[in-house]
Amino acid sequence: MDSIYEALVNIVGKEYVSNQPEELYIYSFDLGTAEPCQPQYVVSPRATEHIQGIVRLANKEKIPIVPLGGGLSLAGLAVPLKGGILLDLKRMDSIIEVNENARYAVVECGVSQGQLTSYLEKNYPRLTHSEPGAPPAATLAGNVMIHGQGDLAQPYGFNSDLVNGLEVVLPTGEVCHIGSVAIGAGWFTNHPLPDVGLFLGWCGTTGIITKLSIRLFPCKRIRGVGTFVLEHEDLVPEAVYKLTHTQMAEDIVAFSSAIPPFASELQQITVNIAADSEKELEFKQEILWDDTLGEYIHRGEGAYLGFVRHLQRPQISKTSDYKKGGGFEYVGSIVPIQRYPECYRKGREISERHGIPYTVTGRCVGAGHSMMFAWTFAFNRADPETIIQARKALHETDDLVLQLGGVIWKPGTYGQKLILERLDPGTKELMGKIKRLIDPNGIMNPGNWEVA
Amino acid sequence: MSLADFKYADTIHRCFRCGYCKFPVNWKDVNNCPPYARFRMESYSCGGRLWLTRAWLNDQIKWTEHLAEILYSCTTCKNCVIKCPLRFNVDIVNMVIAARGEMVESGRLPQAVKKFLENIELYGNPYGESRAKRGEWANRMGVEKYHGQEYLLYVGCTGSYDTRAQKAARALAEIMMRAGVSFGVLGPEETCDGNEVYKLGESGLFEVLAENNIQKYKNTGAQKIVTFSPHAYNAMKNYYHEYGGSFEVFHYTQFLHGLIENGKINNLRCPNMKITFHDPCFLGRWNEEYEAPRAILRAVEGVEFTEMGKNKESALCCGGGGGNFQIDLLGGSENSPARRRAREAYETGANVLAVACPKCLVMLNDAVESEELANRLEVLDISEIVIKGLSI
Repeated sequence: MDSIYEALVNIVGKEYVSNQPEELYIYSFDLGTAEPCQPQYVVSPRATEHIQGIVRLANKEKIPIVPLGGGLSLAGLAVPLKGGILLDLKRMDSIIEVNENARYAVVECGVSQGQLTSYLEKNYPRLTHSEPGAPPAATLAGNVMIHGQGDLAQPYGFNSDLVNGLEVVLPTGEVCHIGSVAIGAGWFTNHPLPDVGLFLGWCGTTGIITKLSIRLFPCKRIRGVGTFVLEHEDLVPEAVYKLTHTQMAEDIVAFSSAIPPFASELQQITVNIAADSEKELEFKQEILWDDTLGEYIHRGEGAYLGFVRHLQRPQISKTSDYKKGGGFEYVGSIVPIQRYPECYRKGREISERHGIPYTVTGRCVGAGHSMMFAWTFAFNRADPETIIQARKALHETDDLVLQLGGVIWKPGTYGQKLILERLDPGTKELMGKIKRLIDPNGIMNPGNWEVA
Repeated sequence: MSLADFKYADTIHRCFRCGYCKFPVNWKDVNNCPPYARFRMESYSCGGRLWLTRAWLNDQIKWTEHLAEILYSCTTCKNCVIKCPLRFNVDIVNMVIAARGEMVESGRLPQAVKKFLENIELYGNPYGESRAKRGEWANRMGVEKYHGQEYLLYVGCTGSYDTRAQKAARALAEIMMRAGVSFGVLGPEETCDGNEVYKLGESGLFEVLAENNIQKYKNTGAQKIVTFSPHAYNAMKNYYHEYGGSFEVFHYTQFLHGLIENGKINNLRCPNMKITFHDPCFLGRWNEEYEAPRAILRAVEGVEFTEMGKNKESALCCGGGGGNFQIDLLGGSENSPARRRAREAYETGANVLAVACPKCLVMLNDAVESEELANRLEVLDISEIVIKGLSI
């Protein structure tokens, strides 16, 4: 009998442990182009105590642990590169608290974006959260773990900037709390205690987030999206800069794609606007479209395409079906907005070189402080050659990001390697020290951010 | 069989596993796919099933009892079809059925599925009960045998053999008699409609059942059929025409709604009933009939109606579809879909959970008992509510 399997069953119960080929197969895959790697066990814990028990077991047996949220990073970050225990965290899905006045929600790590959206719509219609462009099955914890951004990124920044506190199981099994909750003062702020932010962006290599507090924001009665089109990519940075100056947008996204052909080479900018009254909406529309972007219309360089009420849920997975192929992956980057034209042009070149219709997107983060720019490459899951081409294109794009002076967002192992090659030696050494100290047996998501 | 020979070889790889299929329309939770709600492993999600099917047909994984159980745990409730944003969504359940068909062809089935199909073949019902007993539900009711009356009432296997469902079948027959409807039943000559057989992937047996049933109905001169079960309604309405069976088919809630509208049923009264309604998958998502059951409930004086958070196209399946009423791969846990649904119904504050399907009736009745809610939440078929309403 497999003693590790038995020990896992003792921790979470038989129904939530598997070492059968079907589960090992399914959990070996990322949805992108990453090569599959099988775990030896799949475990679905329901409580922090379960995770502590599993982590202690893994330390004793020196088995890798890979935490998995929604599994939608597309960068292979939860592929068990060195086998071990795959920890599917989605059963930890309780919304623990919503504080309406202090505007935050405390959730377990498996709560999905869609679940929180629905909960707020029903119970707190005057509150909303910054929902990322990922499918609604993406988890809040997974999103902050990768420094995701959502549809309130323009006013409020990265979602990981919106964290008020964390509960984390350390690689050796202890539980710790970050933020005001660490002194029992509730979950309302991440400050002003000494910074021990060792978990965001580490992809589960320094611990497992089990609970988090995330900031919520006013949800106005009317929300919708307006679209403006510019004829040339060089116009985008200035237009976005001007839009951010108004401080009237909830979200600003520029994009261009080869499909549909009539829109190819044009640059579309969507601006999410919210208002509590028709008067407020009209005022904002006038400021945004007429006063701010009107000059592009007058010069014949742009056009206003209209405003649609109600925000559609992200349906980014439709991208996977462009070629009826069931797959896509993208390279995300954090770049200065001024780099948009080069990002667009060079990304398009890479796509065309690999026979992939180009799709590029840039979301403004903060008041023009940076942009998350993404190059998307669709592939046909049934055609290995297209997967190889997409993977090559992704790697070329990882290189491109660094050449353009950007930072690769949620890099896969290839991008991580590029970053570590360029990383300030002092920073790398610090990361190594932290990793060795906090995860002495190197069990946490090995193969990612290998600095130790 | 290889993947290349699979009917959906050109489509099955298109599932991205984005997870929309797990949600109801309002995104409340990821528990609207019954097997995923029950087991909470990706292998049991809709995308997991499709990826595993492809891997099996590609010889990347071997057939195992566990693989078969994963595929057969799908209740064919169609939540995935409604929620998937991609263009191939209409074929998602068909892919699962086709994969089951491959298992049938290769003779490798879970024991419970094998037994189900064997019983249908031998006895015309999945219970393994004698054909002669099929009409006993109507003993001493005075229900006529069908001999050319305007309507043939098709009761189906569950209504005929399950003691809880029989009560509801009797209520329906009594309503029809009291409303003066010209109808009859086939009694021991009735045979399984085949809907679940089709969903279990046994297309050959389904064909035999459909052809025999059609011939039988034609021989008796039946043109209008009222079905007690939405499963039978689905088979007769959507599949029988392929075998020459063009009948006018009604689910009984549609029929009763018509009787109410025509004034043949009136003065319905059920004081102090706060009712919530569970949409059966084969009436709702499969046939888009959401209104008739609600219209009946609205016609009952004294009823306060309340919707569950997940209703109509977002209703959580009770877990009894796709053969799971008998093969029961989803039971035995507080996470079983029926128990989840019972809790959702209880959360509304209703004291009656109304259903319009004999399988849902039995599944949810058992679930309410398992949840120890039986004293606070009564599960009633709409026919039972109407007969109560007529009696007060």
